[in-house]
Formats: sequence, structure tokens, C-alpha cells
Amino acid sequence: MTSFILRRAGFLLLTVLLTSLVIFTVTQFLPGDVARVILGREASDSALQALREELGLTKPPPLQYLRWLGHFLSGDWGSSYSTGQDIMPLVLERLGNSLKLAALTLLIAVPLGVFLGVIAALDEDGWIDNLIGVASLSVVGLPEFVTGIVLIQLFAFQLGWLPANSSIPPEASLGELLPALVLPAATATLVLLAYIARLTRASMVEELGKPYVRTASLKGLSWRWVVTQHVLRNALLPTITVIAISFGWLISGLIVVENVFNYPGLGRLLTFAIDRRDLPLLQAITLVAVLAFALANLAADLLYAFLNPRIKLG
Amino acid sequence: MALWRFLRSLYNRPSSAFGTTVVLLFLLLALLGPLITPFSATEQIFQDARQPPSLAHWFGTDRLGRDVFSRVVIGARDIFTLAGLGTVIAVAVGTLIGLLSSYLGGLLEEITFRFFDSLLAMPALLLALLLLGTVGPSRNSVLLVIAIAYTPIVARVVRSVVLGTKTKDYIAAARMQGERLPFILFREIFPSVLPALAVEAALRFSYAIFLIASLGFLGVGVQPPRPDWGLMVNEARNYVALTPWSLYFPAAAISLLVVAMNLMADGLKRVLQVGETL
Amino acid sequence: MTAVLELKGLEVAYRQGRHLLPAVRDIDLQVEPGQTYGLVGESGSGKSTLALAVMNTLPTNGLVTAGVIQVSGTDIYELDAARLRTLWRENLKLVPQNPLPSLNPSHTVGRQLAEALGFQRVSSTSTPRVHQLLARVRLGDVERVAGSYPHQLSGGMQQRVMIAMALAGTPKLLVLDEPTTNLDVTTEAAILDLVRELVREQGTAVLYVSHSLGVVSQLCDRVAVLYAGELMEDAPVGKLYHSPLHPYTRGLLDSIPQVGLDKTRASLRPIPGQIPSAALLPNGCIFAERCPIAIDICFTDRPHLEAIPAGRRVRCHRWREIAGGAVTARQQQPAPPQSPVSRERPAVLELKKLHKHFEVRRSLPEALTGVARRYVRALDGIDLTVQRGRTLGLVGESGSGKSTLSKTVIGLVAASRGEVILLDIPLARNLAERDRATLRHLQMVFQSSEEALNPYRSVGQTLRRPFQRLQGLGRAQADARVADLLRAVKLDPSYAGRRPSQLSGGERQRVAIARAFAAQPDLLLFDESVSGLDVSVQAAILNLLSDLQAQYLTAYLFISHDLSVVSYLADDIAVIYLGLLMELGPTASVLEPPYHPYTEALLTAVPPVDPFAERPVLRLQGEVPSAVDIPSGCRFHTRCTRVLGDICRTQEPPWQDDGRGHRIYCHIPLEELTALQTHLFGRRTIRDEDEDADTSRGIAND
Repeated sequence: MTSFILRRAGFLLLTVLLTSLVIFTVTQFLPGDVARVILGREASDSALQALREELGLTKPPPLQYLRWLGHFLSGDWGSSYSTGQDIMPLVLERLGNSLKLAALTLLIAVPLGVFLGVIAALDEDGWIDNLIGVASLSVVGLPEFVTGIVLIQLFAFQLGWLPANSSIPPEASLGELLPALVLPAATATLVLLAYIARLTRASMVEELGKPYVRTASLKGLSWRWVVTQHVLRNALLPTITVIAISFGWLISGLIVVENVFNYPGLGRLLTFAIDRRDLPLLQAITLVAVLAFALANLAADLLYAFLNPRIKLG
Repeated sequence: MALWRFLRSLYNRPSSAFGTTVVLLFLLLALLGPLITPFSATEQIFQDARQPPSLAHWFGTDRLGRDVFSRVVIGARDIFTLAGLGTVIAVAVGTLIGLLSSYLGGLLEEITFRFFDSLLAMPALLLALLLLGTVGPSRNSVLLVIAIAYTPIVARVVRSVVLGTKTKDYIAAARMQGERLPFILFREIFPSVLPALAVEAALRFSYAIFLIASLGFLGVGVQPPRPDWGLMVNEARNYVALTPWSLYFPAAAISLLVVAMNLMADGLKRVLQVGETL
Repeated sequence: MTAVLELKGLEVAYRQGRHLLPAVRDIDLQVEPGQTYGLVGESGSGKSTLALAVMNTLPTNGLVTAGVIQVSGTDIYELDAARLRTLWRENLKLVPQNPLPSLNPSHTVGRQLAEALGFQRVSSTSTPRVHQLLARVRLGDVERVAGSYPHQLSGGMQQRVMIAMALAGTPKLLVLDEPTTNLDVTTEAAILDLVRELVREQGTAVLYVSHSLGVVSQLCDRVAVLYAGELMEDAPVGKLYHSPLHPYTRGLLDSIPQVGLDKTRASLRPIPGQIPSAALLPNGCIFAERCPIAIDICFTDRPHLEAIPAGRRVRCHRWREIAGGAVTARQQQPAPPQSPVSRERPAVLELKKLHKHFEVRRSLPEALTGVARRYVRALDGIDLTVQRGRTLGLVGESGSGKSTLSKTVIGLVAASRGEVILLDIPLARNLAERDRATLRHLQMVFQSSEEALNPYRSVGQTLRRPFQRLQGLGRAQADARVADLLRAVKLDPSYAGRRPSQLSGGERQRVAIARAFAAQPDLLLFDESVSGLDVSVQAAILNLLSDLQAQYLTAYLFISHDLSVVSYLADDIAVIYLGLLMELGPTASVLEPPYHPYTEALLTAVPPVDPFAERPVLRLQGEVPSAVDIPSGCRFHTRCTRVLGDICRTQEPPWQDDGRGHRIYCHIPLEELTALQTHLFGRRTIRDEDEDADTSRGIAND
């Protein structure tokens, strides 16, 4: 199993490196002349040239990449073009906020989604299954900004129970934090829930059809025992993979949700950076997001390997 | 003929029947476009501004006096073209690359899919924002973004089918009869790829709509004054107390179309008997 | 004495959409305590449905539409869930066909057995009992096995575990659904031995479902024959085999290639036609359209299952005539057998010192620390020759390297060393490097399956290609040839418009054979081409193959695990084990002593169809070693029952030649082997008219 872990981690590292290369290439070379972007159209040629030298743009591209990567790994993430702030503390703070929101979302979406998927499968083709099926298919199509705005209308403006705006200050206490998190989390949860429920159901149905389930029943064991002791364990294994994939949805969802609710997370910062063509900030945010995604996937892989005897023992 | 029977089988279940009907309806709206809109999508008539839905303006007017109905219909055309074209490119390129590299295997497959993995390490929206943030938002860049974001996914789906098919005996038999690569790829292997590809294409199309609307909402997609639905929602957001219809109609349009497309894709999956791919 | 199992008027059907498709009809049978009852049928006979119905574990779309199933007098379909569970726990057990999917992959074997014994957890009380169970099924290392996960055990071991699970609780009735189908013949023999012993020890009644007449004849007291969901005949096993009354039973017996029978003496007699589809059942006797002696009444009146003297039952209008010898219920014997082709023909294919070693990929830490590379030695030096117009049969079990051999000859896998020489020209190792002219000379027929033909292309489209690609014909010319080709494989030319999904297994194989023959190759490779086909269909294909060979003088390299089929079709036999040949020679010589000890084990493992045939029991020990760690000296020594001594462990054996083209790879001198081994096929069991008349008259006199 150790070789599996090493291989997986190595794999992931390689992918993240490649992605960082993509990020770098895109942000460094696509916008054209970065110096001009920063200094504006009126800048003089000498000023442009000086800035280019300072930014290291005159060096050959592979070197630029390595330089950039080196800076990043050593903790020097540069400063934002638009605000002049140090990028690293800003990004990390925002990352923390996004993680809080993500955690809350997952905490609700995963158990609930798995639960719905399991009962839908146990009731295959029955009314519960159909209901959950149609509901999840419908919800999966609702963009987060639609759901978010509707929820704001309902709970913030009509009913006044929760705040419409979630831009909390960094020192907010838990008591102040929670109400602000409810609506954004609810919005992000919806799509994730549907996705997880659907795939869990599929995996569960497949598992229920396997011959070993019949063998277990034929031992005279009760249906409840068969499902909980035999089927669930095997059906939930692919669910781990499902959840790992849904992290991608989560990230996309959070970007939109944070913008809808003005929540001070990484997603909000991202659009801020784009609005101001703040390239270093954009690079840092993207890289951090990719890293977080990769680590989450690695964790899921490891959990899967640990629970699957075929991999654990070889 | 087969196409007709195929469409009819989509109507066997109420969910996919509903989905298919709605999609076709929207398609019709998109095709007819300017022919059925009483006003232009950008014309601002100040005296009629902020009117609720009425006979003259079926969906009412927004704060700038633009007819919401016309905007929604032209928006349909926009989104269908963008999403449609983007999906077509992604499917075409993804299929070609997927077929070739996964059949030939070896280094080519390794490198191609490593590269695709690195693109897939970023959720689609993130990749889109990265690209649009550097290139600047415009219709063409949105198109590019969709193609780039979805090609790897299509290639992956194609690959999983090809890997399962290329070991089958009938492929070995074809090779033993001296069939050349293009024949094997397109006449022997491709037919088994088609069902999964069709379902994936439908899904990609629905996600593309989702993505374009989200980008529009965030302000980095299609730019004003074009009637992008996501953009409309964003613009109407702050005036929702004043002109709620200018928000709800485009929002409903997005939701309806994406949901319908998903239902249709699900129906396709059932009809073509494609298994679940994680 | 109450019967342990009683079926009365049973009918089971499957729901498909709005229709009900009947699977079995009008089944009446009884299994007495301690009796072993065999149920034989081909595909579509409904035997598996019957097994599941008896267990009351039909799938959700299956239901009992009429009749009753009683276990020890209790109607099992009247039981509530709790009582049914008790029944399963204590009295009624199933051993299914495939053990691996029937075991939970994430629980250890020990835990699953403990569950069967009624324990909720693995504990100090459950463990000794689990070990006891494992010992009863002769699984040696009980502790290791109990702690293993299913995927870590071999197929034979997995099936023993399933049997152990079934034995927990001393059931009254054991239902076995083809438990040895996917096992090697030597493993199968061992499992059958085990079942026989256990049944004797415990006195359990057994319902044994199988497609193999040989297996059932060796194991069962009483046998029933199922066809298209109906019971055709049942009788004590000896009577069924020696004097069958129903034409279908007779047809089955005549289509089995038994070791000792070969194509030059008598063709097999296949049963023409196909099983009627469940949707269109005929009015009269269900077998009438395929029956060689059907008369008018057979098509209009459905015969009843009649009880007749000596404990037999038969469903046929003409049974009295058959019993009395007035008619012979045999299918047409195809054209007179061909005369054997001389051995002095030019060689079409030669394999010289053919090796294929697959490298086992090292993990990163291993590569870094310089651990030596390991190889899977799939082929370790094969020499053989196939002459024009002759068939060389290659027999081997799983892991022998036979599939690697066919892939290497074809070029799908590149050989590591050695040569493949076709018509005196060495072939390129990779298929991609061979030119079209070469490809014409060498073709292959794959295993019968849905993967053999492209499901998206019609038969005509598939058959057209070899004419277009390898012979450069235009479309219209190719199509004309396609029609001829279809006729040559006894299919109507209209089949060109059909898709593979519309064909039966036998028809698909005919198309595959047609495809291979289209280019008129000099050598045809068959890789398990008739495995998986029903016996009656297989017989037709084997006849077709020998006819085509006589016509085109094509050389055949016929690879199979089935010794009976190979001994029928092949002129020469080669036996392969762990990548090397053990024995090679003309079929007649290989089938009589001296045998290589491995060949001997294979021959004794094949269940003879005659229930009274005497066979010495020679069982191999242990499992096939991994091809990565090939035993030293003679690679067979770890399992050989005739190990001479240390020489077998240390030195590689010589090839001993008897001077008539028969070679054995063994240390034991040929004379000694001949003296030690008994002639396994003394009396040729070829049936002829006289024998039939004798035994049939015997019945009428009972």
C-alpha cells in the first residue's frame, strides 16, 4: 500500500506542477505586454522597459517559470497590482473563510446526499426513488446565483430572518459568523446534494444487484443486516470517489455563491482580481485553489485505498 | 426511420418527455429570434420603463425601458449559438484526440492525458475565469473557454470506451485482415463510442449554458448591452424591488433550459443504454 | 418417506415489459433423502431458473405462475420472510456458478463463514468452527485461508469456500448450479470428488444442475433431461446413458465428443435447428421440429410425462417403439468420415524455440534499490509443426500459455525469442509489420462470444472486408463471394443482412469461421473456438470444420482446454504446461500409454459420459505455480504424482522419442511409464446399431 500512496502523491504533484505551468503560461503570455497593462497606455517606453526588467520579463520563458515557481514555493507571492497589498496573507485569510464555508457545505451535503442516494436505491423504481430522482435532476440545473438570489429574496427581504449580505469582518465571532453562513451554505449545498445523491444511488443500485448480496440473504440473514453489514460498505467506496469529484463542483459553486452574498472568501477575491486585471493575485488564487483541490483528491484516494482490501493488500 | 423512433422513445418517460419538449421549444425560440420579438433587444424606450408584464410587453420592461421578452428570446439565440458551437468544437476535437491517443496508447496517450489531467485539475469555472481574466471577456473568448474546458472531459469519456473496445476480438480480427488505422478508428471503434458520446455531448451543452450564464452573472462573460441571461440577472439584482420581472424571467429561462437539458440527457442515457461513468 | 424436494406442475416465467415469458413448464419431480439428482440441459433449457426457483430466490422479474415447490412437505412459497430465512439457514443451500462475485470482496473468508455458521462476529468461539469447516472441504492452510479476502484465493479454493458455506448447518438439500463451469478440468475433478465424499458422509440430498452429461453421470443417482423448459425424460443414471428413450437424450449423447472417438471414424451427430423461442411455443411436442422420428401426432398433441417400468419417465409419443427397437431415434449421420491425412505433408507452420517473457514492472523503490527484474515466462521455448491438411490440437489449462501462443503466432503480441515460420518464411513479430500477402495465409477464429463480431456491422459488411482488403475485390464481386461463403458454412445467404445480435451463438461462430476462411488461408488458428457452445451446436461446428478442412486442405492449429474436443478433431496433439510442451504426438499414440504424467492427470480428470466407466483416480496436488517463479528442474514436479526422485527437482527432463513421432518430456523411461499406466480408453465406446438393438430390447423385457 505504501507504494500506492507514493505513486498517487507523485502523480498529483506532477499534475499540479503541470497545472502551475499552464497557469503561468496563460497569465504571463496571453495578456500581451504585462508592463503596459500595469502602467497603462500613456507610459513611456523607458518606463515600460524598466518595469519589464524588474519583473524579469526579459529572461527566457522557462527561466521565468522557474523563477516564479521558486518565489511561490518560498512564500514570496508578490504584491497585488491593484491594492499594493502583500498577496500571501490576503489570500490565506480569504482561503480560511472559503474553507469555513466549504466545510459547512460538505457537512450538510455529504451525509444528506449519501442518505438520500441510499434510500432511493433501496426503493428502486418506487415512489421515493422517483421523487428523489426528479428532484435531484431539477436542482442540479439551478445555477447558484439563481438559487442564491431567490433565497435572499425570501429569507432576507421577505422574512427578514437572515442577512442578505455576508461580508463579515475578519474578527467576527462564531455567533456573528453563523447566520451569515447559512444562506451561502444552503445555496452551495443544493447542487452538491443533488449530484452526490444521484451518484450514490447509482453505485448502491449496482452493488445491490451483485451476487454476493444473494449469498448473504441465502445465509438466512435479515435484509437489514445484509444492507448494513455487506452492501453499504462496498457501495460507499465508490461514493468516496464521487465526493472527490464533487469538490470540483464545490469550488465552482463557491466562487459564484461568494459573489452573490458578498462573502469575503477566495471566490470573491478572484472576481475582484479579474475586474482589476490584477495578474499576480489571479495567479496566486488559482494556484491555491488547484492545490486545495489536489490535496482533497489525494485525501479521498488514500481513504479509498485504505478501505478497499484489494488495494490495501494487493 | 430510426431518428423518428429514437425521438419517440425519448417520450416514453414523463421526465425526458418534458425535458425534450422544453429544449425543442427553446430551440425554436432561438431559431425564430428576431422574427417573433416585437422590440429589439437593446432599444431603450424611456416612457415604457419599469412596466410590469402586460399585453404590450409580455415580460414587462426593465429599468432602462428594454422589453424583457425580446431580451430573453434574443438571449436564447445567443446562448444557443455560444454553447452549441463551443460544445461542437469540444466534442469534435475531444473525440479525435481521444480516439487516436487511446487506441495507439504508449507515450502519445500518456502525454496527452497527463496534459488533459492538468487542465482538469481546475474546475471548469476556475479555468474559465483564469482565461477570461487574462484575455479579457468577449464572445469569442467565451467560446474559446468552453472549447478548452470541455475538450479534456470529452476525450476522457471517449477514452474509457475505446479502452474497453480495443481489446475485443473483432478489433484483432480487423487488424488481422490488414485494416488500416483510419478504418479501425472510424468504422470499427467509433460506433461503440457514439452512445456515450451523444449523452456526454448533451450534458456538456447543458453545462455550457450553465457556465455562460454564470460568467455573465459574474461580469466576465458576454458583455452589455448584449442580452445574456446571466448578465440580465446581475443587472437586475439591485433593482429587484422595483422590477422583479426583469430578474425572474431570465433566471427562470436559465433554470428551465438547463434542467430540461439534463432531463433530456438522462433520457438519452436510458434510451442508448449508456452506463454511469463517474 | 417424504421426499426432500417435490415439484408439482411447476411453471416459472419472467416478466419482460408487459409480457410474461415462460421459462419452465409442467415440471414434476422428486428428490428423495440422500439422493443425488441431476438436471441436465443446454442453454435455454431453464435449468438455472429451476435451481433459483427451488431456492425461492428468483430475481425480481421472475415468478412462479403455476404449481408448487415443497421442501420436506412445506410449500416454500407460502412461507413468510422469517420462516424462509430459517429454511435457508438450516435446510436449503445453494452453491452458485461463479464463486468470486458471490463472495463479499471486503470481508474475509473467515468472517463470511462465521456468518454462515450463525455467528455475528468473528470470535474465539467462531474461529475453531470455521477452521473445522474449511478442513472438511480439504483446504489445507485453514488459518491463512480464513484470514484471506476472496480475491486472494484461486478459483478452485473459492468454490471450496462456497461449498463450505453451504455445508454449515447440515442442510437436507443442496442445490448446485453448475459449480465447476469455469474451473480447469483438473480442479473440477477434485471438486467433484469432494462433493461426492461430502454427500456420502452427510447423507444430504443434492440437486445438481449442469450442461455437462459427463459430470452428471459421475455424480448422480438419477438424471432428468430438460429441453426448452420441459422435462423430457428422467431415469436412474445407468439406464439413461445406456438405453435412453427420448430422441433428445439420444441426440445429446450422440453429439458429445468423447475421448477415444475421432473424426476419421465417425462424425458427430448434431441436432439440427434451434431451441424454440419462449414467445412462440409450438402446439405439439416441443422437440418435434428437431426430432428425427417425429410423426404427425407429434406436431399436434403434446405428449405427457409418462411413468414407465423400472422407475423411469419419458415424454414422447413413440417411446414404446424406441424401447422395443422398432425405430432408432438417431439423427442423421453426416457424410462418411474422411480418411486420415498422411503425416508426410509439407509443413505449413513451424514454431522454433518460441519464447515470450513479459517483464513484471518494478515499483519505484524496487527499481531504485536494484532488485532484479522478474519475468512472466508465458512461453519458454516451444517447438512444433503443423502440416498441410492436418490438425494439431494444443491442450492446456489456465496459465499454461496457450493463449499467449496464439497471440504470438498471430502477431498481436511480439515474441521475445524464437521464430514463427509460415510456408518457409519467417514472420515479422508484430502484426503491424506483416504485409497483406502474409496475412492472407494466416487467419484466426476466436472464442465464441459477443466480442467476436462487431455488433454494429451486419454480417455482410463484416464478411465483405477480407475480400476487399486481402484479395482486392470490388464491392459487387465481394458480395457475390459473401453469398458463396455463407453457403459454405451452411447459412442461408440472406444472413448477410443480419446483425450479430440477431444470431445465435452457433450462427455467430459460423460467421466467424466464414470470415477466417474468406481469404482461403493456409493455416487457421482456433483459440477456444467451440468453448461456450452447447454440445449439440458444438458438434455441428466440429463437423463443419472437418468438412472444410477436407475440402480446402487448410492446416489447423486448434487450441483448447477441452481434451474431448481436441481428441476428436486433432490428428496430432500437443500438451502444454507452464509455457513448455510436455508431450507431442499423433492423437492415437498420445491417448494410449506411455502418457506424460500431466497428460495422464488430464485424461483421468475428464468425466466420462458412461456412468459405469472405470477410471483410476489421479489427482494433482497443489495449484499451478506462478509463471514468474517456475519450479526448477522439471517444472511439473510440484504437482506430479509420479515424481521419480530428486532428479525431477534438479534437472530438466529429456525429450524421449518413441520413434513414431511421439515425444514425452519426462525423466521416467518410456517402458516404465507404459508398465505403470493403465490404458484409459480400452474399449472404444463408439455406439453402433447392434449395441443399440441389444440394450433396447433389454428394456422391453424388463
